Amino acid sequence: MVDFGFGLVPSSRMNLDLFDKEKYEELAEIEPDVRICMACGSCTAVCTAGKYTRTSLREAIEDIKNAKPEKALEMLRACQLCGKCSMVCPRGINTRHLILSITKVYSAK
Amino acid sequence: MKNNILIIGGGPAGLEASAQLQRMGYNVILIEKDSVLGGHLAKWDRLFPDGVPADEVLSGLIHGTEGVKLFTETEIRAINRLEKSYNVRLTNGITVLSDAVLIASGFDLFNAVKKEEYGYGIYDRVITNADLEAYFKNGSDKRIDHPKRIGFVHCVGSRDEKSGCRSCSKVCCATAVKQAIEVKESFPDAEVFCFYMDLRLFGRHYEDLYLKAQKEYGVRFIRGRVAEVSENIDGSLVIKAEDTVASKPLKATMDLLVLMSGMRPSVSGKAVGDLLEMTVEEDGYFAVRSGIAAGQRSPLPGLFLAGAATGPKTLPETLADARAAAVEIDRYLTEIFPDARNYKQLVRERW
Ligand SMILES: Cc1cc2nc3c(=O)[nH]c(=O)nc-3n(C[C@H](O)[C@H](O)[C@H](O)COP(=O)(O)OP(=O)(O)OC[C@H]3O[C@@H](n4cnc5c(N)ncnc54)[C@H](O)[C@@H]3O)c2cc1C
Ligand code: SF4
Ligand code: SF4
Ligand code: SF4
Repeated sequence: MVDFGFGLVPSSRMNLDLFDKEKYEELAEIEPDVRICMACGSCTAVCTAGKYTRTSLREAIEDIKNAKPEKALEMLRACQLCGKCSMVCPRGINTRHLILSITKVYSAK
Repeated sequence: MKNNILIIGGGPAGLEASAQLQRMGYNVILIEKDSVLGGHLAKWDRLFPDGVPADEVLSGLIHGTEGVKLFTETEIRAINRLEKSYNVRLTNGITVLSDAVLIASGFDLFNAVKKEEYGYGIYDRVITNADLEAYFKNGSDKRIDHPKRIGFVHCVGSRDEKSGCRSCSKVCCATAVKQAIEVKESFPDAEVFCFYMDLRLFGRHYEDLYLKAQKEYGVRFIRGRVAEVSENIDGSLVIKAEDTVASKPLKATMDLLVLMSGMRPSVSGKAVGDLLEMTVEEDGYFAVRSGIAAGQRSPLPGLFLAGAATGPKTLPETLADARAAAVEIDRYLTEIFPDARNYKQLVRERW
């Protein structure tokens, strides 16, 4: 192969045109609370896994809405379902349940 | 006969409405449950957005009420509706036959003790916005001892389903920015941080205040809600939040933490509402008559509302609301009592 002196990397831009509405509605059907997150970051602030790994429910929800579901799953991979985030969420979201539902819906091929 | 109007609550709304109605020639009776007038305004030091002394504004309001019959340390004992008026028994033994009633019972400050994870009343150096106003007014508070790092926590008891309040209290973003500037003036060496979810600086000049805090005072604004606070052995505080702009969990040590307690419906106001079986909305504040244009009329005839009794308001909004209530009351009384010998009627006859 010819060496052009640079490689191709996937675009890091978010492309909302790629948003999978059907899948999101499937998630929202079993987990309506995914719509009411106000991105305050309380969950991420107290996350027991977040100190050493990139774990963030807030970001995962954002990633799903920004058509990056693989990133969302990555953000929740180290979650231990300890439930600390559900204690601080000001919108009263059942965060553990939401995390399980995200994993279920978006892991399914 | 002149019409009697009873006004419940001697805060900014009640004072302004009294002054306006008195000038229109009505017989105004104002009751206040505390021993002093002014409501919350009497507790504040300087006001956003321009730093005007609260005392000055308050004495202007009180000055305007000359001629109003005023009872402090007085509440409602009983109230019932007659055909056209309200028969009201006051706790000082006086009975008033009132042709219109204005409820200006205001708000209560959210009790920060209820937000246990922030440690108010547990950790020594956690104070509230109201405590800081008292410090500026009186000049001493043993919890404030030359702090080097000061954090402001927005939305305490507001926008929080867990503390029973979904709504935004409206005034606390501007209060935080104002107080951040003021502490910087008192302690120029201190680093000052504001932890917010959204900065709601909607009013005229408010954005200027924000710009000033950034540009002239170097206040740092971090977008993330404070999730919890703990105390070190030396009394300093460790806060946890996420910097949602950087997408990283964050911790920081503070010497002083100021909680922006929000507005809650007044408990004593609610007690009056219960006597009249008045409707409150889901947020706990009194409902106004339906329709976006019915701002100061309650669903009950002859019963009006003004100020923070119908939800969070800034001081200028409160005063505008009180003036509007005065106009609504005047319109109502003119319709219901066309023969009453109020000032307007006397002027008309003289011409
Ligand atoms: C921390 C903080 C800082 C603020 N700073 C500013 C500022 O800088 N600039 C600004 O524009 N706005 C400011 N505000 C908003 C301002 O305080 C309010 O707009 C104003 O106080 C509302 O006036 P009010 O008369 O409706 O209610 P209140 O001030 O609460 O007054 C109500 C009065 O009614 C009395 N009362 C209640 N129930 C009864 C009863 N049953 N019988 C008799 N009396 C009763 C109460 O004792 C009280 O005196 C601030 C608010 C907060 C929370
Ligand atoms: S449940 Fe998962 S995401 Fe929530 S705090 Fe625990 S480890 Fe973090
Ligand atoms: S704590 Fe709740 S509202 Fe806040 S970012 Fe997390 S899920 Fe969203
Ligand atoms: S005004 Fe600001 S601090 Fe107060 S509740 Fe609204 S967003 Fe929170």
